[in-house]
Amino acid sequence: MTSDGRAAGRPPGGAAVLAARGADVHQERESVSRAGRGRWSLLRPGAPGRQTRRRTGPWGRRRAGATPYLFIAPACLLLALFGILPILVAAVVSTTDLDIGGLGDPSTIRFLGLDNYERLFSDPKFWQALRTTTLFVVLGVPVIIALSLTIAVGLNVSTSRLFTVLRAFYFLPAITAIVAVALVWGYLYNSQFGLLNQGLALVGLGPVGWLSDPNTARVSVAVVAIWRATGLNVIIFLAALQAIPQDYHDAAALDGAGRWATFRFVTFPLLRFALFFVTVTTLIGWLQFFDEPYVLTKGGPVGATTSVSLFIFQNGFSFNQFGYASAGSIILFILIAAVTAVQLRLRGSDD
Amino acid sequence: MTDVRRRPLVIATGTALGLGALVTSFPFFWMITSSLKPASEAISVPPRVLPSRPSFDAYVRLFTELDFARYLVNTVVVVAFCAVGLFLMAMAGYGFAKFRFRGREAIFLAVLTTLMIPVQVSMIPTYLILNELHLTNTLLGIAAPMLVSAFGIFLFRQFMTTIPTELLEAARLDGAGEFRIFTTIVLPLSKPIVAVQGVLVFIGAWNSFLWPLVIATEQDKYTLAVGLSLLNQQITINPTLQMAGASVMVVPIIIVFVIFQRHIVQGFALSGLK
Repeated sequence: MTSDGRAAGRPPGGAAVLAARGADVHQERESVSRAGRGRWSLLRPGAPGRQTRRRTGPWGRRRAGATPYLFIAPACLLLALFGILPILVAAVVSTTDLDIGGLGDPSTIRFLGLDNYERLFSDPKFWQALRTTTLFVVLGVPVIIALSLTIAVGLNVSTSRLFTVLRAFYFLPAITAIVAVALVWGYLYNSQFGLLNQGLALVGLGPVGWLSDPNTARVSVAVVAIWRATGLNVIIFLAALQAIPQDYHDAAALDGAGRWATFRFVTFPLLRFALFFVTVTTLIGWLQFFDEPYVLTKGGPVGATTSVSLFIFQNGFSFNQFGYASAGSIILFILIAAVTAVQLRLRGSDD
Repeated sequence: MTDVRRRPLVIATGTALGLGALVTSFPFFWMITSSLKPASEAISVPPRVLPSRPSFDAYVRLFTELDFARYLVNTVVVVAFCAVGLFLMAMAGYGFAKFRFRGREAIFLAVLTTLMIPVQVSMIPTYLILNELHLTNTLLGIAAPMLVSAFGIFLFRQFMTTIPTELLEAARLDGAGEFRIFTTIVLPLSKPIVAVQGVLVFIGAWNSFLWPLVIATEQDKYTLAVGLSLLNQQITINPTLQMAGASVMVVPIIIVFVIFQRHIVQGFALSGLK
């Protein structure tokens, strides 16, 4: 789903990851993860002391005090371990020059303070990635919202079986594995025997370098992202539309309001929460934009589709500059948090 | 009266949506038909829409010459682990929904905060953590980072808040233990949200690519997604084989979705996203 499913299929890179793994990653814990060490000992599978010692009544009748904690503990500990701890580790790593050598021999790791961040802001490639991401956000967010809202309003026109079936068609891309998507679209976009260029050739046009021309590649990659992202938002808008009581529409009709006026003054205001939710998640989705350029273009040609996320990934796993990449990821995190905060604010003042 | 007036609108909208649906689903159609073509027809100019004679050779190759059977088993194991994660999320959702305890708001806020952390930020540290736990190159390690999600806990909490507290109190008076109350009363009452989450978890685990690729170092731990990405990297492009591999990943998802799509839509309406 939005946050969830979107996160589900984020791909990383191949060869470099393997290379990073090759190093003796056993020793890096000494240095890299000082921040989290204390906590890990509690979580190590070998030492689940607390729960077993409490044998006097783990789930049975016992002071109500501990019950809720026992219910939330397993999930919350996993979330702390894989949701919160990593960002602390990333923050620590971002102040070091950790690289492939540092993984093998922790004694070579140096503390750099904010040097990585300074370097980042003077790196033209980082700025290019930032501009590319901004472009995707500015163009992508309105397109996805307009498209999904239009489709949802259309699907809400009738409750017949046909419309339910149609809904499924729009949702399908949202739940398809990105690896499969990449293969299928890569085949369609193929410059020699791809269907799109063959279609263009029929009417005497082309061939177009769908993934090889810098500007076209941006559009091609964005089209796949829009194709994947629309379905979920359609479902959210549709749920919101169906939650509006029929009385409202009847009342508007009694007052003589036409279809457009009803939508503009009755339906649309009632969609505010859905609209807000979709805007925030879509915005965050584009800020993290990664999957499509990674699998389709690897960020090329000449960096035209390298988003901030991909920039971080390449520095981390292709160039093995974990410290530098972590600094980039912390900036991305701050960016996302800031945008979300601004949006929450706007919504707050709106009510 | 309204019906007659609305008919043109319904027909026009239905037609437009139908055309849109055809465009949207065309890549899937192309994927499946191409997977059934002989290799020469898949790259023929001009293209053939349908195979002259459907053949399942590519699928047979995937499961005999290539290791897709092993990848499929691994993927199913990862999905099974994630089902356990689903249970843990339901427990946590129940804890947040139906108990008052010290630190509840703060912990729940911390849970929601994890939603904002992009996966690219946590990738390297998570690998280091899994390595510390000796879970690299294991199927459990592949599943571990996606076992629980803040969004899942949130949805469970939203739904379970609506379960009447009197019901739980009555069971307590009858002497039922808390865990028993959870499994015999709360879970059955939460069927709609369990169905929604179950589908989402299945889809997420089945499709996941990042962790399998980072965590699985040896081919015997690869999942379908990783195996499929290897097909993409091959120098000699064989669209038929690629499309067959993509179909193996996509068709089960389509089937699950067709069966459960009502649950997905209902679930969103139920969980307060309105």
